[in-house]
Amino acid sequence: MSEPVLSIRNVTKHFGAVKALTNVSFGLERGEVHAICGENGAGKSTLMNIIAGVLQPDEGEILVDGEAVKIASPSVAQSLGLGLVHQEIALCPDATVAENIFMAATSRQRSFLMNYRKLEREAQKVMNRLAPIDVRRKVADLSISSQQLVEIAKALTLDCRVLIFDEPTAALTEAETRILFDIIRDLKANGISIIYISHRMAEIFSLCDRVTILRDGRYVCTENIAGVTPDDIVRRMVGREITQLYPSKQRDDEVSGETILSVRSLGDRDRFHDISIELNKGEILGIGGLIGSGRTEIAEGICSLRATTDGEVRLHGQVQTIKTYTDAVKAGIVYLSEDRKGSGVFLDLSIAQNISVLNLKALTGHMGLIDAAGEARLARDFAQRLNIRMGNIDTPVSSLSGGNQQKVAIAKQLAVQPKVILMDEPTRGIDVGAKSEIHLLLRDLARSGIGIIVISSELPELLGLCDRVLVIREGTIAGELSADEMSEEAVIRLASGVTSKEQTRLATDHAA
Amino acid sequence: MVADTIGASATRAPSWRRLGSLREAGLIAIILALCIAMSFASPHFLTLGNFRAMLMSFSVEGIVVVGMTILLIVGGIDLAVGSVVCFAMVLSGTLFLAGLDPWSASLIGILASSLIGCIMGFFVTVVGLNHFITSLAGMVIVRGLCLIITKGTPLSLFTLPPAFKAIGQGSFHGVPYVIIIFVAVVVLFDFLLRRSTALRKVFYTGSNEKAALYSGIRTNQVKFWVTVLCSTLAGVAGVIYMSRFGAATPTFGVGMELNIIAAAVIGGASLNGGSGTILGAILGIALLSVVTSSLVLLNVSVYWQDMIKGCILLGAVSIDHFLHKRKAS
Repeated sequence: MSEPVLSIRNVTKHFGAVKALTNVSFGLERGEVHAICGENGAGKSTLMNIIAGVLQPDEGEILVDGEAVKIASPSVAQSLGLGLVHQEIALCPDATVAENIFMAATSRQRSFLMNYRKLEREAQKVMNRLAPIDVRRKVADLSISSQQLVEIAKALTLDCRVLIFDEPTAALTEAETRILFDIIRDLKANGISIIYISHRMAEIFSLCDRVTILRDGRYVCTENIAGVTPDDIVRRMVGREITQLYPSKQRDDEVSGETILSVRSLGDRDRFHDISIELNKGEILGIGGLIGSGRTEIAEGICSLRATTDGEVRLHGQVQTIKTYTDAVKAGIVYLSEDRKGSGVFLDLSIAQNISVLNLKALTGHMGLIDAAGEARLARDFAQRLNIRMGNIDTPVSSLSGGNQQKVAIAKQLAVQPKVILMDEPTRGIDVGAKSEIHLLLRDLARSGIGIIVISSELPELLGLCDRVLVIREGTIAGELSADEMSEEAVIRLASGVTSKEQTRLATDHAA
Repeated sequence: MVADTIGASATRAPSWRRLGSLREAGLIAIILALCIAMSFASPHFLTLGNFRAMLMSFSVEGIVVVGMTILLIVGGIDLAVGSVVCFAMVLSGTLFLAGLDPWSASLIGILASSLIGCIMGFFVTVVGLNHFITSLAGMVIVRGLCLIITKGTPLSLFTLPPAFKAIGQGSFHGVPYVIIIFVAVVVLFDFLLRRSTALRKVFYTGSNEKAALYSGIRTNQVKFWVTVLCSTLAGVAGVIYMSRFGAATPTFGVGMELNIIAAAVIGGASLNGGSGTILGAILGIALLSVVTSSLVLLNVSVYWQDMIKGCILLGAVSIDHFLHKRKAS
């Protein structure tokens, strides 16, 4: 076997007293797609940041083409041909797409003035490989998924020998994901090595050649994808058996005809129209559809975070006059945002203060003062119920892992004893263990009589967790799938509007 | 990114409360060390008179610092406080000279300051400008108003009745009223900031405005009223200054806002919002005051004072940044 393009030898990295990486080693062959798996906190991002020159290792060495190198900064990494597509979008929102794509290249160019026409022409050429986005538009005006595509386009211009993708599909639609996969295969055919980080097993199995698993900052193993199953990988990631990925569904004797929430012909004459939903007691209702189809907008419409013009919302048969989100919370409808850090939790406030935010009124005693003991009790109760792993309730939420932050966000909603919870991407970007805990929790909540609606882009989650799925296309309900009709193919068919079964099968085969 | 990766194992990092008290303990230690050093360096430092003078000198500014700290927590800033202090002073003074009794004149001065806060709050929340620009304009406009009202000349208010002058000059069993008012304001707002629902919403809004909005908090209302509160407390300070000096100068308080923001930041308030304590901010202004007093007693030229205070600010903020980086990793 030839010399690996990139090898990591015995790398260790501390943050203060915390060891993020301990003695990690692995090699990347020329032209392979190499998956890195591990739960959040396993050290994947730290390792990638070391390769990309963002962080410096405390011990160990990095070899490029067999020669030891010191990657002192991202610009050194680029000159060595190591490129990183960030998990979190790192673009300049006020600059155009073209300027962003060539940001790295412009810092290396010799000439003093920018040739904008050439810049735009070149950028458009790269961009067109992914999606027909006009490169003269400002990044701030693009949707999140388009921004992610720009981020990828930016990396493609770097002329890399090694390209790292950190959760590139988290914000992409199915169709965009397929295009990205074609590009990755194309890069591979040209001898470029890819490091691919993802929580989605289906992607890893359709795309990657080998997989390296990390756990708690330590190297576990490297395997050929052909020789393992998704269960093997998950088991080694968590270091314990996860016998069942999803909790059991609603049993027949739990089906009740009692409707908790009913939404009738809701619309806002803009993003969605004619939305009618019946949510029964005891069930988890899934909402699927492509990103941008109006799923989030519908949820926001139901709880009045977004103004609606038509239709009505009934709770236990009674028409609600909900004008603001505060009214919705009062009536018992809460919404968990898909954007955890942006609008879900208060990162620099404590766990207790996060959990109490929606419940302030109930915790307020005479004279408008907060009942501190009550607040602490509430926080401790929920931390225990949701198994939030933390120092104590006064630690800031920023110190928790993604999964535990999400649990805090959910606890915050549960604290007001809601009748209906709308959850937008409840497990995006969190690790397998926490994900499974959250799924179990949602099932328990449904059993206890709370109405649960889950919006998800992840088909396995939608199918594994929900009792019934509504699929949204272009702002309205394209179809409903009952438990025995549910399949990835059926959801994709409804979501993309493909009517012929043949076409759908082709599409799913391609994606799978 | 980094915090996320190792977040799971970082739960033993010091909590913000402990970190907060760490900072306050640190400030107290620095102030004490400075006092001890000064008591050797100058025989006039460790006297009751000097301490009373120092306390008096930062008490009135301390009232403004309280408002500024709360505004910084919500993510705002007010550059107009110096001008508003002066405005309350000259407006009340002018009304008094026009024949109004000093109490009503003062009340009108304070209410007019609140009105200025309302106008700035309107531009921030309804028009959608940011606090910095709005209050920069406010600072210049209100200073202009002061000059217009007084036609540029200082008002002499020696005719103020003794009962009114007592607020700024008198004392109760040897404790000046100014200090009593200051302590009352500090204790009240420190308590409310920790315990009241209304001021808790200030933290939520400043920490993550969108999340607060999604939690049903009317963030614009919160920002509006905090802006009004800050201006109102500046108005209160202006009236107290009038009583203390028995005069009102249209150029009073120029540059005061920088001293006040510096104090709040030294005490732990973040310009990004979401953090800050009243106690910290008061210790911040106490530190600046002890330094000023020390420099005077050591016969250091006035010209050096600003430079030294600036360096203290830079040092405090750097230490803070370092501590936060440590906390994050």
